Amino acid sequence: MFFKSRKDDRPAAAGGSPGSSTAPGRASVHMTVNGKTVSGEIDPRTLLVQFLREQLRLTGTHVGCDTSQCGACVVHVDGRAIKSCTTLAATCDGATVTTIEGLAQGGELHPMQEAFRQHHGLQCGFCTPGMIMAAVDIVNRKGGNVSEAVIREELDGNICRCTGYHNIVAAVRAGAAAMSGASRRQAAE
Amino acid sequence: MSATGIGAPVRRKEDHRFITGKGQYTDDINRPGQTYAVFVRSPHAHANIKRIDASKLKGRDDVFVFTGEDIAKDKVGGLICGWMIHSKDGSPMKAGPHPALAQGKVRYVGDHVAVVIADTLAEARDAAEQILVEYEVLTASVDTATTQNPGKPQIHAEAPNNTVYQWHLGDKAAVDAAFASAKHVTKIDLVNNRLIPNAMEPRAAIGEYDAGNEAFTLHTTSQNPHVARLVLSAFIGIAPEHKLRVIAPDVGGGFGSKIFIYAEEVVCVWAAKKVGRPVKWTADRTEAFLADAHGRDHVTHAELAMDAAGKVLALRASTKANLGGYLSTFSSSVPTYLYAPLLSGQYDIPAIYCEVDAVYTNTAPVDAYRGAGRPEATFVVERLMEVAARQLGQDPAEFRRRNFITSFPHQTPVIMAYDAGDYAACLDKALEMSDYRNVGARKAESKAKGKLRGIGFSAYIEACGIAPSAAVGSLGAGVGLWESAEVRVNPTGSIEVLTGSHSHGQGHETTFAQLVSQRLGVPIEQVTVVHGDTDKVQFGMGTYGSRSGAVGMSAIYRAIDKVIVKAKKVAGFVLEVPEDTVDFNDGIFSSKATNKTLTFPEVALQAYIAHKFSGQQLEPGLKEGAFFDPTNFTFPSGVHICEIEIDPETGATRIDRWTAVDDFGTLVNPMIVEGQVHGGIAQGVGQAMLEGAVYSPEGQLLTASYMDYTMPRASDLPAFNVAMTSTPCPSNPLGIKGCGEAGAIAAPAAVINAITDALGHENIAMPATPLAVWKAAQASATKMAAE
Repeated sequence: MFFKSRKDDRPAAAGGSPGSSTAPGRASVHMTVNGKTVSGEIDPRTLLVQFLREQLRLTGTHVGCDTSQCGACVVHVDGRAIKSCTTLAATCDGATVTTIEGLAQGGELHPMQEAFRQHHGLQCGFCTPGMIMAAVDIVNRKGGNVSEAVIREELDGNICRCTGYHNIVAAVRAGAAAMSGASRRQAAE
Repeated sequence: MSATGIGAPVRRKEDHRFITGKGQYTDDINRPGQTYAVFVRSPHAHANIKRIDASKLKGRDDVFVFTGEDIAKDKVGGLICGWMIHSKDGSPMKAGPHPALAQGKVRYVGDHVAVVIADTLAEARDAAEQILVEYEVLTASVDTATTQNPGKPQIHAEAPNNTVYQWHLGDKAAVDAAFASAKHVTKIDLVNNRLIPNAMEPRAAIGEYDAGNEAFTLHTTSQNPHVARLVLSAFIGIAPEHKLRVIAPDVGGGFGSKIFIYAEEVVCVWAAKKVGRPVKWTADRTEAFLADAHGRDHVTHAELAMDAAGKVLALRASTKANLGGYLSTFSSSVPTYLYAPLLSGQYDIPAIYCEVDAVYTNTAPVDAYRGAGRPEATFVVERLMEVAARQLGQDPAEFRRRNFITSFPHQTPVIMAYDAGDYAACLDKALEMSDYRNVGARKAESKAKGKLRGIGFSAYIEACGIAPSAAVGSLGAGVGLWESAEVRVNPTGSIEVLTGSHSHGQGHETTFAQLVSQRLGVPIEQVTVVHGDTDKVQFGMGTYGSRSGAVGMSAIYRAIDKVIVKAKKVAGFVLEVPEDTVDFNDGIFSSKATNKTLTFPEVALQAYIAHKFSGQQLEPGLKEGAFFDPTNFTFPSGVHICEIEIDPETGATRIDRWTAVDDFGTLVNPMIVEGQVHGGIAQGVGQAMLEGAVYSPEGQLLTASYMDYTMPRASDLPAFNVAMTSTPCPSNPLGIKGCGEAGAIAAPAAVINAITDALGHENIAMPATPLAVWKAAQASATKMAAE
């Protein structure tokens, strides 16, 4: 296992193409994670969540169920929310990945993070990274004026055992409004 | 009220690390040289182990395999049940052994047969698959209601007829007499469905051995790390207490399931010394389903006796409680002292009698799960009250009101002395908020659309703040249930609060700091709450039973009292005035004897530099501790009203509105309290409509993943309409009653009362899934056609 930062980032094929230096039975992956280019030689059965948690030590992404049901492992791959517990890391070769650790920019919380804090949208915090990543994806797809009913429907892939969802829904609504406000402000500038 | 003091909706201090992915849960921790453990689990519910064959791993020096034989050889003790219950004939409960790794026999699917330890998780999994276990499969006994029957397989030789105890509470003769004179008797049969807790963070443990210091460390997902250390040391005998450090870092939900001391924790600590490297285990979700302690699982017959006017005269209940294949840590207390003493509900009932048979089955151990005994009691009482009102033709709200306890203190016939409450106040507010007066019109509207609308009440009581140590000791508890605190003031005036409570979602880092901030007049940012590490924190009892506010914060309160007394002495020397003239308000020390004042940080510094007093006059420093042992349980209460609409064509049941009015006494942080209520209701709705552990007759768990076990999701639930009333609790200095379990206690009865109201008959069990509701609605239609 090795990590290095690369300026000219051309992904290599998973599994080790002829002539590459990948060891037999290993796959080589390169991806951009939270803006940094990373690469590694991995057991081909390594899941994306394992790669993130164990190799990159980005432990904000959690495993709650192993079966794509609970959503604690949601990250963004090339701008779309996916469940990293059932995604092979090798299939993300060349991808751009954003995890909960990459959401805050320049020391400032993302509006959705701030909304979860403000509206008490979390208790034990275990499902929270996946919830926030899923919520940002909902706003990316559905826009900032998203209704309570749509939020509840769209959160179908994320389970929380603590909050009863009441405050999560309030947080997503507020975060959605704040996100669209922020993007409007950016457009105006 | 200050912006950060008691009663303020302060945003949580702990949130920043959770929303940025910087929380540190047990599985986020890796120790140098760490190995990975995988458990070989029984695929059979009941079997003798004939042979464990690990010969395919022979010669592999990178894999360790340990079985029950190794555990026995090292004299590692079995898991314990820490609450002794005596049967009605006076005999002690009959418990079989509970080894950390099976000794010749397995008793449920998921029981621990062997552990495989390797350099990586993948290697450990691969190696575990190389182990062949030969079983002699035995017939299993899985059904709560029939496991005591003659001819059933015997699960433990120590417990004939699979009976752990036959316990009772109350005055049977008085109850029988009341029933004999009653004008009306309501009878019901109930199943309180078995639930699987499903904290979102699966359990995990990392055992570590430091050969230089002959000391162990266990990182674990625990609600009570000191209790874990005590049990691992004193009973299981892995390490002396002072040579074992237990750390419960961020814990992703507990709901009771992380109170208990589990086999995996024992094995990871023990194996770390044998392997010579740290041993890490993390459950996958199916392991959590199989081997976390489950909840509920009661079968009950209950009766209510009333006079002609509908005044309740007596209640009796007979319950079979399933404790699974082994007795978990506190399992024996749940269907006894956490259950029957709550059968008076909010009502003035002169006579109550309850008998409980606790039974073994070939299923996972059953223990406390959010509410623990109190949801089961509330379901019995509130189903009885609802059905009785319907049978008498009385309004269910007014029938309840007529039977409410109205003066306090009130001694029930089943142990509890309720200290404070105003049950009518909660009911009135809930009726108003739910627009109860217009429910008839809403029912008519639903009917016009071909839908069935129902409304259901649940007026619950719970006993929280467990508990007076002497009282629980007299009832069989193996431990005291006080709580500890230490308030350490630093020379700069910042403060660390060390608490024996443990936060796994409840927000103690915020609420406990609010108390300190208010009483010592320091900014909340200057207060840090420390918990979950036995090397840092004095012995404490942990968090469960909604006790951390009422008991844990009371200990902090008392420690603050002592800090203030000492600080006033210091201030007296510095201000050069008699100490009894020193006042302390809003962080300022003053005296009528001088116009000089001191701030709290100034006094803190003076306490440590000790320039203004001699060692003979006063000890330097500013650090005080307290142990708080409550004088009574606390009695939160409330009224929840659920209104549902059923589509009889599909069975789809939608919760249209949920009204909750709770009396938790003093609220420290109303935002957090409301969040606790929301979460509790969701779990109660889950029990009533969605969740249920299902074992096949052979003892296979059919609901062992989120694809089979229905967890409440956002679209299953409505927004909740939550409000509070308050009668402060007289048995602790802050007047706190506790709020963590209320929703889960109240909700199941409210839902089922609403569904049966809509259906027009009582024949539906939990979980009332769409299929169950559809079948029940067909029966309603048939009944209506026949009429």
